[in-house]
Amino acid sequence: MANNISDETIEYVGILAKLELSDEEKEQAKSDMGRMLDYIDKLGELDTTDVEPMSHVFSVENVFREDVVTNGDERERLLSNAPQEKDGMFVVPRTFE
Amino acid sequence: MSKQYETVIGLEVHVELATKTKIFCGCSTAFGAAPNTQTCPVCTGMPGSLPVLNKQVLEYAIAVGLATNCDITRYAKFDRKNYFYPDNPQNYQISQLYLPICRNGGVEIETDQGGKKIVGIHEIHMEEDAGKLIHDEWEDCSLVDYNRSGVPLIEIVSEPDMRSAGEVIAYLEKLRQVIQYLGASDCKLQEGSMRADVNLSVREVGAETFGTRTEMKNLNSFKAITRAIEGETERQIDLIEAGESVVQETRRWDDAKGESYAMRSKEDAQDYRYFPDPDLTPVSVSEDMLEEIRARQPEFRTEKMARYREEFDIPDYDIEIITGEKPLADLFEAAVALGAQPKKVSNWIMGETLRLMKEREVDASDLRFSPENLAKLISLTDTKQINSSVAKEVFEVMFAENVDPEQYVEEKGLKTVNDEGALKKTIEEVIAANPQSVEDYRNGKEKAIGFLVGQTMKAMKGKADPGAVNQMLRELL
Repeated sequence: MANNISDETIEYVGILAKLELSDEEKEQAKSDMGRMLDYIDKLGELDTTDVEPMSHVFSVENVFREDVVTNGDERERLLSNAPQEKDGMFVVPRTFE
Repeated sequence: MSKQYETVIGLEVHVELATKTKIFCGCSTAFGAAPNTQTCPVCTGMPGSLPVLNKQVLEYAIAVGLATNCDITRYAKFDRKNYFYPDNPQNYQISQLYLPICRNGGVEIETDQGGKKIVGIHEIHMEEDAGKLIHDEWEDCSLVDYNRSGVPLIEIVSEPDMRSAGEVIAYLEKLRQVIQYLGASDCKLQEGSMRADVNLSVREVGAETFGTRTEMKNLNSFKAITRAIEGETERQIDLIEAGESVVQETRRWDDAKGESYAMRSKEDAQDYRYFPDPDLTPVSVSEDMLEEIRARQPEFRTEKMARYREEFDIPDYDIEIITGEKPLADLFEAAVALGAQPKKVSNWIMGETLRLMKEREVDASDLRFSPENLAKLISLTDTKQINSSVAKEVFEVMFAENVDPEQYVEEKGLKTVNDEGALKKTIEEVIAANPQSVEDYRNGKEKAIGFLVGQTMKAMKGKADPGAVNQMLRELL
């Protein structure tokens, strides 16, 4: 494996992903990520000098909608997914910046 | 303080666009709906749902770009900005990082010294707003309303070209004016349809490089912005003077306390891992589309001012104030089109309208009375059916609830009494009741007539024409 993921990197990625990993899981994630990066590195072997970066699989552009209201009140359906609701809103742990 | 410092400020301004629907779905953006009643799978981030760009958002963004001298990106894309927060149901915000719709613009502002300068615009990009978090103090939890999730925003990123709070306010006022003229947003700071984040650093005068900057959020009025800039400048200078260094961080301004505090701690690393959004197609702006938008651009303030000078005989100062806010200019033009004399319309705007707006803290875009009713009121005074103090009284009611002045005057019996007989009778009574004043007047005391006019007006319950009263009094004496 050419890519070695450091402890710091796995720690940082864990914070970004809001994941708490056990030591065992960290080791597993390090080796998985290393293998993924090795795989992606294969692209570096190709000459892409004249290749446009691709951001979309199909060559479509300018798909628009008109500014017209098409949706109604679907609160009931929406809230049926909520583990907990109150006053028509989702209840989440206290979140404040 | 021995050293001379300079404040360097750049702004990130978010403007909520005045579309009927959200940026990527057909949900209404109407204000004030019950929580979560304007949501769908797209704006609540349900797996499998697909966003489609609202064409009006693109057109508004391009129109603002053209009006602020930007280059329009002919091939633009959307990207995902990844972060976890309950107001963001997708765990990413759709925004534009790599190819924003507008770049390299700028607007001219007046500096504190009265000179002119250009504040550069680095870019303008389109993005979606997040939902609203409400904190439930009783149950120690937070509640989420996604009605605002997906409401279209443009973010206007300036260059670090401003050097004082005054320049920042001038820049914001300029942006607001241009955007209001375009009808792209009402730009209300208090209601959050215009939000400004202030990036600020200080450096010694003459220094080549910038100091470390902080970003300040939660500024909902021009006053708060001014205070926050002054407070943050002082805080940074104090740190430098004490030999400490400024930490690059996001700070939240507490206007009640008049101080800011750091919002995000270090372990919450800000790394948004942007990548192109594969659900949205790229936007290719054709020459035709650009021409169409250009052709639709409205008459902006400078052109409007020139036209007013040509067409209307009103003072330059009035023109400046009236064209300063689009709703005032619209009101003025509509009332004039209905036949009211321009000078009189201007007087009502410059006088009572501005006075009541200030007194009651009403925004120009929230004025309630119609130009029709203003024109009617002017006509009532022109034809001397009501006198000026009654007119002011009626205007106050119109200002509050847009009543029809003709109807109101009729119902309340406020019409000036033009019946000469009734007037004469009242004046004779007043003369009889005030022999001292009558004598004073006859002895050459001009002021005494004013008292007698006042007494007559009082007896007529204000419903007389003071000019006519004055004239008749003189005749009878």
